[in-house]
Amino acid sequence: MQIFLPIADISVNLFLLLGIGGVVGFLSGLFGVGGGFLITPLLFFIGIPPTIAVATGANQVVASSVSGVLAQVKRKAVDFPMGFVLLAGGLVGSAGGVWFFARLTAAGQVDLFVQLSYVLFLGLIGLTMFWESVVALRRANRPGGPIRRSHTHNWVHGLPFKMKFRASGLYISVLPPLAVGALVGFLAAIMGVGGGFIMVPAMIYLLGMPTKVVIGTSLFQIIFVTAFTTLMHAVTANTVDMMLAVLLILGGVIGAQIGAQVSGRLKAEQLRILLSLLVLGVAAKIALDLLLRPSELYTITPGLLP
Amino acid sequence: MIRAALLWLLSALPALAAGEDIVAGLSQNRVSITADFEGSEILIYGAVRRTAPAPPGALHVIITVEGPSTPITVRKKDRTAGIWINRESVQIASAPSFYAIATTGHLRDILTETENLRHQITIPRAIRAVGISQQAENAPEFLDALVRVRAAEGRYRLNERSVQFTQGTLFRSDVVLPANLTEGLYVVRIFLTRDGQVVDRIERQINVRKEGLERFLFNMSRDQPLIYGLLSLLIAVIAGYGASAAFRLMKR
Repeated sequence: MQIFLPIADISVNLFLLLGIGGVVGFLSGLFGVGGGFLITPLLFFIGIPPTIAVATGANQVVASSVSGVLAQVKRKAVDFPMGFVLLAGGLVGSAGGVWFFARLTAAGQVDLFVQLSYVLFLGLIGLTMFWESVVALRRANRPGGPIRRSHTHNWVHGLPFKMKFRASGLYISVLPPLAVGALVGFLAAIMGVGGGFIMVPAMIYLLGMPTKVVIGTSLFQIIFVTAFTTLMHAVTANTVDMMLAVLLILGGVIGAQIGAQVSGRLKAEQLRILLSLLVLGVAAKIALDLLLRPSELYTITPGLLP
Repeated sequence: MIRAALLWLLSALPALAAGEDIVAGLSQNRVSITADFEGSEILIYGAVRRTAPAPPGALHVIITVEGPSTPITVRKKDRTAGIWINRESVQIASAPSFYAIATTGHLRDILTETENLRHQITIPRAIRAVGISQQAENAPEFLDALVRVRAAEGRYRLNERSVQFTQGTLFRSDVVLPANLTEGLYVVRIFLTRDGQVVDRIERQINVRKEGLERFLFNMSRDQPLIYGLLSLLIAVIAGYGASAAFRLMKR
């Protein structure tokens, strides 16, 4: 059954969209990530224009993050002050990202930049995660190895404007969280992602936050940053396709709940290896598209260059 | 009386001087793009009306259907530092979003170049590309690419010899409008040619519009972008909350 998307102006199979939403939702429930980094490239592959895929992807991330954060709030695993500091940075980054996105669209290089960002970030994160998990698995099999200290002091702790974050048990400068928030907000606007896959490692390794509050806090701030991004794209470029968003969300929320069920039955390290392989797979696919000679060298965009 | 009417017709329409004109109709003159729109098929039918015995030479029909035109930017990818990047670009003043031609014979046999120029019938003629040679080294290649890409998308179609005459004067043609249709006014032109010369032409219009939910969402996204954005967010929040609430209920 085909459905016509009013903003994207194309007709797509209804069940394909529900399926994409469902699969991505399943993975997001399984791994505790927003899934934006998967949904946006998948929308590219089925022929949704990049600008619409990015804006609508952000809208979908709002839904999956809301669904995820509610469970975390119940467990008291959200550090609200930290969330607000990250958010302040995030909004600035997102506004900058939307502006930059519009400039790139005008220059005809938006596809390239989005694809390069995906290859770079997914590749880096995927490799790091894969390495970490393999090391962790090996250590688990061979007891008695060195144990990593959860809280180490580094250069981050020497910065000014210190603030207490009770839930995280931290007393650190607000500058690093602001910067992390801004970077993630920028990426959210350009890549149509929540940025959890960058935020989570940054919170653990850079800010030294305890793992139990990381996912909840990251989800909390992602809701607002992606909501802001969606709104900015809707207002500046009219690129949010509500019909597309509703179908993706519908498939996504159902898939996420099933994924969350399944995740309880797998080991954390195994999950992370699977996730890292998935991330690397997406990165490799996009990289190949850039490196191989395309079958059609020419692309057509309605409208004139400004 | 009949003679008076005939005289009036003869003076009113130069085409009638040849003694032949077209009468034609469309199966529908509006197409609604609704949520389940999968494309549409339009039947164009007509007949040649003669007021005098047929002159010598083969009679042919050319039918064109043209969608709304927009300016177009065509970009070409080139290999730079190992990756394929958009480099050169050419701007084309106006190209139809849809263009289909159906004929009774090969275009080169049934239409002279002069008549093609005058009536702008073939696909390259329907695209208005003025002053593109200054924009890139090999600008015509960009034009070819535009036609090639749009043909692959099913937007540009040339169906020579797809129209047949029955009983010498009746003809019909089915034009398939694809699912990825741009809304606007579609112009149907029917040309009657003899010996490569256009004897008569008529024009009909098809109004293609988004309807219902499609129309509502599209208009709101343009007229009330802030409200539209907020509504999109509201749906997302409700769906997210609803899913976790429903899941909790199911767990119990």
